[in-house]
Amino acid sequence: MSVVVEQDPALLVVNPRLVPGGQDYHDVTNKISGIIEGEVFKTPMKYWITLSVTGGILVLLGAMLTYLVATGIGVWGNNRPIGWAWDITNFVFWIGIGHAGTLISAILFLFRQKWRTSINRSAEAMTLFAVACAGIFPLFHTGRPWRAYWLFPIWNSDLNLWQNFRSPLIWDVFAVSTYGTVSALFWFTGLIPDLATIRDRATTKVRQWVFGVLALGWRGSARHWRNYEAAYLILAGISTPLVLSVHTIVSFDFAVSVIPGWHTTIFPPYFVAGAIFSGFACVMTLLVIARWSLNLHDLITIKHLENMCKIMLVTGSIVGYAYGTEFFIAWYSGNGYERFTFLNRAFGPYYWAYWTMISCNVLIPQLFWFKRMRTSIPVMFVISITTNIGMWFERFVIIVTSLHRDFLPSSWGYFRPTWVDMCTFTGTIGLFLTLFLLFARFLPMIAMSEVKGVVADEKHKFKGQELVAR
Amino acid sequence: MNTTQGITTSGDFAEIKERLGIGADKVYGVIGAFSEPDELVKAGRKIKEMGYTKLDAMTPFAVHGIDDALGIPYSKIGWIVISIGLCGTATALLLIWWVGAINYPLVIGGKPLFDFTFSIPVTFELTVLFSAFAAVLGMLGLNGLPRLYHPSLRYSHSHRATDDRFLLVIEADDPKFDALQSVEHLKSVGAAAVEVVEG
Amino acid sequence: MSLISIKSKTGPKYWRSLDHLADTPEFREWVHREFPVSASEMLDGKSRRTVLKLMAASFGLAGLTACRRPVEHILPNVAGIEDYIPGAQYYYSTAMPLGGQVTGLLIETHDGRPTKVEGNPGHPSSLGAATAIQQASVLGIYDPDRSSKVLEGGKESSFPKFEAAVKALSLADGSGLRFLSGLVMSPSLSALRAQALAKFPKAKWVEYEPVARDNETAGTTLAFGQPLYPHAQYDKAKVVVALDSDFLGLDSTAPLPTKLFSKRRRVHAEEDVDKINRLYAVESQFSLTGANADHRLRLRGSEIPQFAADLATGLGALPGTLVVVGNGSGDKRTKFLGAMIKDLKSAGTEALVVAGARQPASVHALAYLINQSLGSLGTTITFTKPPAEKVDPNALSGLEAFRALAAEMSSGQVSTLVILGGNPAYTSPADLQFAVALSKVTNSIHLGLEDDETAAAAKWHVPEAHYLESWGDTRARSGVAAIQQPMIDPLYGGRTAAEMVALLIDAKDKKAYDIVKNYWLNQWPGAGKDAAAVKEKTWRESLNAGVIASTKTVENIKASVDAKKVAAAVAAEPKPVAAGVEVGFYPSAAAWDGRFANNGWMQEAPDPITKLTWGNAAMISPATARAQNLTDGDIVTLSRGNVKLEAAVMIQPGHADNAASIALGYGRERCGPVGQDVGFNAYLIRTSDAYWFGQGFTIAPTGKTHKHATTQEHGTIGDQGVNAEHQNGRPVVREATLEEYKKHPKFAEEAQEVPALESIYPQVIYDKGYQWGMSIDLTSCTGCNACVVACQSENNIPVVGKDQVMRGREMHWIRMDRYYTGAEDDPTIVEQPVPCMQCENAPCENVCPVAATTHSPEGLNDMAYNRCVGTRYCLNNCPFKVRHFNFLNFHKHDPDVAGLVHNPDVSVRMRGVMEKCTYCVQRIEEARINAKVDGRRAIKDGEIKTACQQTCPADAIVFGNINDPASRVSALKKQERNYAMLAELDIRPRTTYLAKLRNPNPELQA
Repeated sequence: MSVVVEQDPALLVVNPRLVPGGQDYHDVTNKISGIIEGEVFKTPMKYWITLSVTGGILVLLGAMLTYLVATGIGVWGNNRPIGWAWDITNFVFWIGIGHAGTLISAILFLFRQKWRTSINRSAEAMTLFAVACAGIFPLFHTGRPWRAYWLFPIWNSDLNLWQNFRSPLIWDVFAVSTYGTVSALFWFTGLIPDLATIRDRATTKVRQWVFGVLALGWRGSARHWRNYEAAYLILAGISTPLVLSVHTIVSFDFAVSVIPGWHTTIFPPYFVAGAIFSGFACVMTLLVIARWSLNLHDLITIKHLENMCKIMLVTGSIVGYAYGTEFFIAWYSGNGYERFTFLNRAFGPYYWAYWTMISCNVLIPQLFWFKRMRTSIPVMFVISITTNIGMWFERFVIIVTSLHRDFLPSSWGYFRPTWVDMCTFTGTIGLFLTLFLLFARFLPMIAMSEVKGVVADEKHKFKGQELVAR
Repeated sequence: MNTTQGITTSGDFAEIKERLGIGADKVYGVIGAFSEPDELVKAGRKIKEMGYTKLDAMTPFAVHGIDDALGIPYSKIGWIVISIGLCGTATALLLIWWVGAINYPLVIGGKPLFDFTFSIPVTFELTVLFSAFAAVLGMLGLNGLPRLYHPSLRYSHSHRATDDRFLLVIEADDPKFDALQSVEHLKSVGAAAVEVVEG
Repeated sequence: MSLISIKSKTGPKYWRSLDHLADTPEFREWVHREFPVSASEMLDGKSRRTVLKLMAASFGLAGLTACRRPVEHILPNVAGIEDYIPGAQYYYSTAMPLGGQVTGLLIETHDGRPTKVEGNPGHPSSLGAATAIQQASVLGIYDPDRSSKVLEGGKESSFPKFEAAVKALSLADGSGLRFLSGLVMSPSLSALRAQALAKFPKAKWVEYEPVARDNETAGTTLAFGQPLYPHAQYDKAKVVVALDSDFLGLDSTAPLPTKLFSKRRRVHAEEDVDKINRLYAVESQFSLTGANADHRLRLRGSEIPQFAADLATGLGALPGTLVVVGNGSGDKRTKFLGAMIKDLKSAGTEALVVAGARQPASVHALAYLINQSLGSLGTTITFTKPPAEKVDPNALSGLEAFRALAAEMSSGQVSTLVILGGNPAYTSPADLQFAVALSKVTNSIHLGLEDDETAAAAKWHVPEAHYLESWGDTRARSGVAAIQQPMIDPLYGGRTAAEMVALLIDAKDKKAYDIVKNYWLNQWPGAGKDAAAVKEKTWRESLNAGVIASTKTVENIKASVDAKKVAAAVAAEPKPVAAGVEVGFYPSAAAWDGRFANNGWMQEAPDPITKLTWGNAAMISPATARAQNLTDGDIVTLSRGNVKLEAAVMIQPGHADNAASIALGYGRERCGPVGQDVGFNAYLIRTSDAYWFGQGFTIAPTGKTHKHATTQEHGTIGDQGVNAEHQNGRPVVREATLEEYKKHPKFAEEAQEVPALESIYPQVIYDKGYQWGMSIDLTSCTGCNACVVACQSENNIPVVGKDQVMRGREMHWIRMDRYYTGAEDDPTIVEQPVPCMQCENAPCENVCPVAATTHSPEGLNDMAYNRCVGTRYCLNNCPFKVRHFNFLNFHKHDPDVAGLVHNPDVSVRMRGVMEKCTYCVQRIEEARINAKVDGRRAIKDGEIKTACQQTCPADAIVFGNINDPASRVSALKKQERNYAMLAELDIRPRTTYLAKLRNPNPELQA
């Protein structure tokens, strides 16, 4: 019947199919499981080379953190007045990236966006890995990381003191750890049926055992599906506000303070938009690579990517609007400190950071107004990269330029990163990529059960279409 | 695979049965396979009309309509989640209040010892956390997972149920169940590879 | 104490390991290596860490000696306490001589180790205050780089060997014998000198210090025909004119002038408004006095004599009419002069004109002449005869005597030179070639605290005892004598100058204790059988009080100035040459003449004006910088004749144009690692003919640059006009002129532009018990830094080193903020001490996730170090940035010897935790305990003095219970000028300021 479709381009226009190319259930299973079931040693060399590179960077991260803990925060460029610099910049950056995953899964699921199915798995995985990278910084930026457990509401016998629930940092601890946990649950729940699929196809004892355990004895019973779908829907339902809450709370770290440039109510929506923006950019970067390296052209279609471009255009513009509003309010408030802070951002010693941010986040994404740009893989790849750069700079600008010149001119300062700062950040990128590569190789990158669901629906539709056609 | 009076039954599970202590005489049910979800749904509806009540299906993805077709009740998971979620809310508020106002009252930044305003974020997060666990663990619990073994796995093509086949099951404890008839019934609604599966 | 075991067991071992360590090449390499660009805990090459590495080597020594107490009985200042309570602190009186002045001190000791210096209220030149240098002097005693061995030709020797060598000397009539000492302030040493010169009639004794007050005395000789000690009574003066006199800063090593001056800079009541004085300063380098002046005129040092002459002429003190110098009436100098003359005339007997120690005798004489013509001689400035020992004809003092000595030495007439303290090889004027001359002396003996440049050049070096570990006596310029008591036995077995002389002349008493005690017992009259008992009693009383009652101040002398002689002298003064740049020299506020170069606290105490730490610089005015097109940190060559020096320039707004000023005491070549190669050695271009000011220097860029470690962002001028050295229109320091104040008494409150925020929460009410608060009077504060160092000493604040300072990680709990106002070329300066404000609604507390900083019921913003995890969020959220983070383990290499200086009542903070001002909570608790002990009475107002308040020479800081309406602090907070910084944030700081009042001459206001 797929032949019919190929012959009738009109149908493509009327109802372009999300999973084209006559995919049948078994083909889907084969294609996706195939990646995992292939002989480990038969995996293309380029994969191992990439993995060893990222692994090397990961080792660098380990070295930097060891040096940091052994020596003190002094190995970074932080100083007085700039108590936070690259550490928290990186934290917010990674948390931001971690937003698209669950968001794509949850919100798009609630809105029944079928095109989600081909990207949600890797997006969710990306979330987890990004959160892992983010988590490193709040932990290691403390002067005494070995005391970091004091941040959790554990009765510590050392001094019977509790946490201060007025502190945004405590809110952060709860928000980020909750987000990490829930995202993991969400991701794993989604994986269960696929794990079962791989278990049932397993040809080696090892795989049989590993996936047998992971699949928890899933057998696709209708009763199971009933509870499963209900649970998944609920997870999606609570994850959506969760996603929004996490970056809102991260933005409280700044909004709740008294520092000009931080103390502003616009932060929650502004941060969330920024997070989605950067998150989608990162998903896009990864999908483009995955699509190209694993030949998933049929599963990750141009349409998927174009939709993401549209979302980036929207969120990018929201972020740009936020920048403008900030500036306006700073002027409108009549507060001299506020005014100074924002002028200082744009024209002070850190002007270069500010204008990098503006051009990467606001100007460049405007190219997505043009369909040619939205559908050109190279263009969207480059823009996804510049967006990530821009979003990193956004956090740097907010944190460092606000701190380096606050109320008393006597205690103004300037921040210069050290090589340790740089290597630590690079290291987290290594961690992220390593985890992602391992995931891409050893777990189903695309939700088979969901894709099959879409295939089934398509078949229905086209049965209908044929009748009409005849 | 051994044949008795023309009925194919799956076998070779002696030692498994040994281990799991399952009576050799017990029958789990009859299973037949379909290759398209809508066929499964149609068949399911027919079988139900024949008066079967203990039906199940095994599908690679959630097939819409199968629940009504087989008369599978609504999931109770929602109630579990909401109650546990509210426990999360309570936990958070109690923790913040007890810690700040009772156990270790400290004046911090001239703010009250306890106040809803600064309790909101943590309360929300704990509610979500509890709910999420409730949803996942509740789902597994209701599904009786994780489990190591299930009789339906004896069906020769059970592994296709997670790939590209849609299985319809008439369970043995259905009052109307009769191995011979049920096999015929399944065949009649177009099921392929029908087998009586031992329990 | 565990040290005892060190003494018995590990001590000797460490002796060996010291030598071992000191020779390893890696170690040498470490000391000399450059900072790596990257961050690492070793990055501050010549800093504390390195120092402590060295200290570690020598803590065995400390172990040997730390807890030895003097055998002779010293007495606590607190009368009556005979029985010793371990752990409790005791105060012992002593006195510190420096630069020809003496300050009486009380030393806080814990278990036999001095930990903190405070002024002795009973001593006339302290009145309870102490300067930054005096505060820091306690660190010097534990300096592991102090000389600890007798050296012969650089090789280790011993005291017996040295004593034998001295005995072996054949001095005959002493024709080849010369003594070279600093200014002798000790009566008993003078007595020994007399004995010595009696024994060796042909010997000579020369007093020389690179920073002395010779010109002053010469001025009196010129004016009155006899050497006299002038005593400016700043508290009696309504109008003060300082002719290049930095009496609030470097011209006085005693806190007295600030004490007196600030009495007229305190407006707490109606009548004070009329009492407030007016200060005119005429100077080249921006000094503290200039910073506190109501009017400041910048002139090159060499132009000041002419200015003084014009002033005198204008006042009719000198014959002739005032020829207006300068380009017409618009010229600032002329206006200034005119207004000043009127003002002085109207002030009459309440006027005071003082000349700076750097100005020639004639200017001093002129000043006296002017005072005489104003009738203020004897009221605002009095004179006393120098004590007998100082007019001793044998005492050859000053540059000329020193030059003569150098000549004798180089011509080989000196066979034996005894250098009693000091470091002449480093500090002597370049043209005298002292080091060369010294090499011509066969027997040169150097007694010194350090194994320094002179020690290296001398044949013998003998370690000198630190003043805190030696018996001695001092006589202040006012004539009041005080006994120096040792707080501890010499750590490194040093000798005092008196002991050296006694040894040399084989006097009856050889031990410092006997020398001093017997000298004084003989001074006191006493007859009859109980004479001894009476004398003993007097002795004990003198030790208790810290001053010798019987030495009452020498009475004032009525003298009149010989106008003709003065006029002649003035006429004889060389006129300034237009050509070239003038270079002025001044003692460093940190290293003084170089003797404190190895003191970490001083090196890191920011210069009151330039905020420069760890080094000096050639200060030039912005105009000069433009003319020579130089920027901050450019290294230039200052050369004149055959002397030249490479030094980095620093642009100093308000500096005289076409002139440079450079502080002495830096660029030490042979010194402990703290001071080694820090800064630039100005002595290399200081010649005896360009002693304080040198004309006709050329200044040439070298193309090299240098990084200044300033604690306030520096040289950001031009960055969109935004400049960290200005307040950028922010009401941080609020000031007004007296006139404005009379019009709007509430100007300070009105200065707040932004309306105050309002909390959504009810305000916590603090109305129970004690509620601590502080008031800082910006009108009287001079910005002298004493509080900064006092706090460092009291609260065990670490020194972080140059590199860390450049990274903005200095730890001072109270810092001195300095802002320029007005034109870049000729600005005025405001200074503002900033400790923790102890906000009631503290932003730092809200954000701490682990509740490590919370509020005490008494309103203190407490910091629990051992709860802190170091998120630094509190630092970010502190609007005043008074929280300080231990970015590295600044105590990593702390050996016991460094620990000895620590205040045991204050915990030493570890790496990774935040720290900040606590209002000296340990002193609060101590007072609470005392109150309990005396039958649960209430703590009296003024009973608790924070370290900064206690030492403040200007009494600008007042601490107390704001819950008690009768307390001083509450009274001050009721003042109209009272304001809280950033009050608009609704943070309710407990530390508030009294806005600064200036008293400018309406005539000069335009």
